[in-house]
Amino acid sequence: MLSTARSRAIARSLFVSHTSRALSTTASTSKTTPITSVLIANRGEIALRVGRTASALGVRCTTIYTAPDAHSQHALSSPFSVNLGEPNAYLDGERIISVAKQQGCEALHPGYGFLSENSEFAKRCVEEGLVFIGPPWKAIEAMGNKSRSKDIMIQAGVPCIPGYHGANQDPAHLLEEAKKIGFPVMVKAVKGGGGKGMRIAMNGDEFLDKLESAKSEGRNSFGDDEMLVEKYIATPRHIEVQIFADKYGNAVALGERDCSLQRRHQKILEEAPAPNLAEDIRQDLWEKARAAALAVGYEGAGTVEFIFDNDTNEFFFMEMNTRLQVEHPVTEEITGEDLVSWQFKIAAGEPLPLDQATIAQRISERGWAIEARIYAENPNQNFMPDSGKLIHLRTPQISDGVRIDAGFIEGDTVSSAYDGMIAKLIVSGPTREVAIQKLYAALQDYEVVGLSTNIEFLKKICKSQPFIKGDVETGYIQKYNDELFAPETTEPEVFAQAALGLLAKELSGPHAIGQGPHGEAIGFGAANERQFSFFISSATGAEGEPIHVTINQSGRKMFDIDVKGSGIEASYANVVCEPRSPSISTFFPHTRIESTVITEGDKITLFQHGRQTQLTLSPPSWYEKALGLKDVTNSVLAPMPCKVLRNEVKEGDEVEKDQALVVIESMKMETVIRSPQKGVIAKLVHKAGYICKAGTALVLFEEHVS
Amino acid sequence: MATIRASREALRLTQRITRPCSRSTFPSLRTTSRSVATHCPPHQANAISVLPTLVDQSSEEYKENAKQMGEVVAKLEQLTKKIHQGGPPKAREKHIARKKMLPRDRVAALIDPGTSFLELSTLAGHEMYPEAEVPAGGIITGVGVIEGVTCMIVANDSTVKGGTYYPITIKKHLRAQTIAEENNLPCVYLVDSGGVNLPHQSEVFPDRDHFGRIFYNQARMSSMGIPQISVVMGPCTAGGAYIPAMSDESIIVNGQGHIFLAGPPLVKAATGEVVSAEDLGGGKMHTSVSGVADYLAVDDAHAIVLARRSVSNLNWPKKQFPATAGYEEPLHDPEELVGIASTNLRRPLPVHEIIARIVDGSVFSEFKRDYGTTLVTGFAHIYGHKVGIIANNGILFSESSLKGAHFIELCCQRQIPLIFLQNISGFMVGTEVERGGIARNGAKLVAAVSCAAVPKLTVVIGASNGAGNYGMCGRAFGPRFLWMWPNAKISVMGSEQLTAVMETVGKTVDPELKARIERESEAVYSSARLWDDGVIPPSHTRRVLGLSLMAALGGKNEPAETKFGVFRM
Repeated sequence: MLSTARSRAIARSLFVSHTSRALSTTASTSKTTPITSVLIANRGEIALRVGRTASALGVRCTTIYTAPDAHSQHALSSPFSVNLGEPNAYLDGERIISVAKQQGCEALHPGYGFLSENSEFAKRCVEEGLVFIGPPWKAIEAMGNKSRSKDIMIQAGVPCIPGYHGANQDPAHLLEEAKKIGFPVMVKAVKGGGGKGMRIAMNGDEFLDKLESAKSEGRNSFGDDEMLVEKYIATPRHIEVQIFADKYGNAVALGERDCSLQRRHQKILEEAPAPNLAEDIRQDLWEKARAAALAVGYEGAGTVEFIFDNDTNEFFFMEMNTRLQVEHPVTEEITGEDLVSWQFKIAAGEPLPLDQATIAQRISERGWAIEARIYAENPNQNFMPDSGKLIHLRTPQISDGVRIDAGFIEGDTVSSAYDGMIAKLIVSGPTREVAIQKLYAALQDYEVVGLSTNIEFLKKICKSQPFIKGDVETGYIQKYNDELFAPETTEPEVFAQAALGLLAKELSGPHAIGQGPHGEAIGFGAANERQFSFFISSATGAEGEPIHVTINQSGRKMFDIDVKGSGIEASYANVVCEPRSPSISTFFPHTRIESTVITEGDKITLFQHGRQTQLTLSPPSWYEKALGLKDVTNSVLAPMPCKVLRNEVKEGDEVEKDQALVVIESMKMETVIRSPQKGVIAKLVHKAGYICKAGTALVLFEEHVS
Repeated sequence: MATIRASREALRLTQRITRPCSRSTFPSLRTTSRSVATHCPPHQANAISVLPTLVDQSSEEYKENAKQMGEVVAKLEQLTKKIHQGGPPKAREKHIARKKMLPRDRVAALIDPGTSFLELSTLAGHEMYPEAEVPAGGIITGVGVIEGVTCMIVANDSTVKGGTYYPITIKKHLRAQTIAEENNLPCVYLVDSGGVNLPHQSEVFPDRDHFGRIFYNQARMSSMGIPQISVVMGPCTAGGAYIPAMSDESIIVNGQGHIFLAGPPLVKAATGEVVSAEDLGGGKMHTSVSGVADYLAVDDAHAIVLARRSVSNLNWPKKQFPATAGYEEPLHDPEELVGIASTNLRRPLPVHEIIARIVDGSVFSEFKRDYGTTLVTGFAHIYGHKVGIIANNGILFSESSLKGAHFIELCCQRQIPLIFLQNISGFMVGTEVERGGIARNGAKLVAAVSCAAVPKLTVVIGASNGAGNYGMCGRAFGPRFLWMWPNAKISVMGSEQLTAVMETVGKTVDPELKARIERESEAVYSSARLWDDGVIPPSHTRRVLGLSLMAALGGKNEPAETKFGVFRM
């Protein structure tokens, strides 16, 4: 997070440079137009991030929000905030432009995602007299088309991956081109992205099959099956260069970032500088990135992405992102600059604040920075996105080297309508080793309850040796899958603490008799035993054998504890437990353990020694019968938060096992829900278009009459 | 107006402040008129009430006492643990196989976590019936907190002779009801009993304080507004059927609880009708057809949750106890009582040392310290609640009796509960004291004890003999609770005196007699017969009194006015 002092300093410098410029250029025509108001056309952390700098610069902010975001932090952060209604309204360019004009905003900051790289929108802003804080629409357009951008790059001397980007789409011709490039090759839809419409052919034999499959996916996903063929790199790294260009034909590179750690083709860890990169290659990367920017007449912030071949040390231009990136904070940390304020300056027509030599000097002095994206997702279920309410949120202490850019606070809801990024944790240190250590320590203090997160997974990466050595590549997570997803053992103390935590919560409850003799042992052979049974939770529910914890209260804060089950057996006598809701501090005979215990119904989340464990409290013996719970075999549940696209069957239909019942969509992916059994459909619970949570019943079967 | 007045006041204030500043007048004022009270801060004032200790843990006497008491305590600990197991292993296994919870687990689940169960008469029935062991008398009773409400819990143990009522079972059940009635405690009955124990029918059925009294008590208590809740977890046959039927609310466990006036065998014998227990008096039938029970539970655990819910809806007042002011633990360690209390009752017990290990901060405001010193009286606090303590410190004389009666009057006037620490071999005898009218003065103490309407709690910490038992609120004098230390002995007189008296009046004494009297005066013997409410570890005295006070003063208990009779002057 930017300190106010720093932001003020930036504001001052901006102001000073304005005036000095005005004075020195009275003779010539000044293009500097100070921006005094801005509409932030985005949501979440980036809206807040832009708002912080804008406020520091004295720029009046207007934010926009949608119905699901009405109570979100960005909507509450600005003095002016306008409701757009529908969840997808962040994409409604015309509406946003009209809001900006109504609100009297001079400029518009698009953030990242949504309309940020929409050249048509950028163009419309300019037409409507708004300053679009980003590159000229023509630059966006040029970089938006993969094959066109490649041609431009080749002309500018930027190395591009060998490939065929031609218009001749005859499969035989494409095969010829593939042979020229040399296998393995990748076929990719020209308009594709995020891995859609992309296939790898290892040799000529399978090329045509892969081509056809990529084409059909392209057709289905975005209605276009124009393909390009490229060299396929087996151990690639993703290295990108942050560039800035002004209106006067100057461009600087603010260092590179390595974003090789990815899952589902999305970055989760980004660092700057890139590890294990020779200085001459680094300088070459910067040089080529600047050339790329200048080739399209770029202005403002941009990122030139390269694919780096770990085996040959070659790098090739991939694409240019014509916006501020999610991971821009790592660059801010290694340069000590506020990139959003740079964007405002450039948009106002100022020249670049620093020259390349100064930037290089800064980077050489400022050490290392790493950003970890905290996502609402479940790494154990192929990083399936999650959503829900943040019922407990504790963040690491923010300090000089620890920064958090977040869009949520405790009590907020992470909606399934938008990206599931909860926060960005950015740490910096003098060396990469220190930065990784600090990241691990900060992650240990990061407590999120209410939805699944990747925090535990990120911690494992911090402890993964190849990562520590800097041996990164985009296939890292698949490559070290076994190590990263190795099952973990849970200490018996965790179960003891969970039980004590539950008990402590009741002891401080409304009927609590806090004082007097209650809780003490009374009489000979006094015993006051209670049993708690837990299961270790997983994404799909409770798993394995139960673990039983028996607690005998032998004094006011004193307990004897037995943990038994699932191969665990431990006993502790005279354990002293001090509840300090929501955490408990317990003196076991051998050690003191401090745990945060958060309960949400039967779900218990426990943070102990910097590790999260999720447990499920076993339901009482009578639960099902007394509550009349339906047998789960009689219903089919939604496996994830999703939208019902269509029901494939009708009520009363007789279905076979594995017959398609419902088609759902989650994170823009279609999934077919199949029948687990032969039976008769009693009820289709939801109509098409219904948004449902994970675990919601989709289909009910007739009960078997026996 | 207001501003003018305020400024005038301010002016006056300045005048007042300025006046003492004139140095000349102030010292002369002091010397001429009178002296000045020295301020005594509270900690200095309180110092007079703090009990000192002379207990030396390294002394021979302490070690000897601790050793002997330790043995007795260990024996009781072992005996109690055995009793806690309930019936024979086979019966327990069968019980669990039926997916029923053991009665002690039922009680544990019924009470609030973090609260302590004040069990009554665990030793009931111990070695009473030559033909059978009846652990805890086949019934668990005690005071427990349910949903913040202090309740009386009565739970049959069907692993003990099918939960049938022996004479001691009835006595224990009735004693629990008496405590509930006297202390306004809602009653929760966990019923799992085969009814009266038929071979003992003459001792359990016909008399006033026999089986029928249970239902009489239920009806009376309900009329007084003391809630009666029963949970039927097993059979409730014949008379037993009236326990749920007489309750305000009743819960029954499906497939497990049965209520009927006559079971299937008797029905068949009487009318020839063949019917299953479930159809005749099962949970489904009673909750949906007959209305004998109100809630149907899936199993024991569910029934307990339902019972807790019923209690939560009693709308019972939850008095803050102790007072929010808080309290201090005793200055001296209660665990030291094992080395202070002696199993040799001929040795005097230093009762101040005992009080110092029971009351808050060991602070005791002694009343008439130097008069009638064989009876110690004074005010103290237990868990923040003010109590009057009357403790023996030797034989009762006329003076000590008068002092005791006076102190009881004070406590009744002020609505302060009384705690009797009983260690008395009797009143003084002989010409001198008889001529001094000890009978008249002793009677004053006995009358005061009898009439006192404040809650009375008795702990027998040593001997309890003769009229001393009366003057110190023995069982007959209606203490709300009466507890015994393991070393305590209760009998009309000591075994030696008894044999001596008998010999003097010319009876030949059976050589066995002395040993028998000795045995019959033991705490365990007494407790087995319910002459008390339980034997407690001396170090738990403070806690037990605390819980007893909570029962006697919490909830709907209101102060009652005492009316004394004619004191023979």
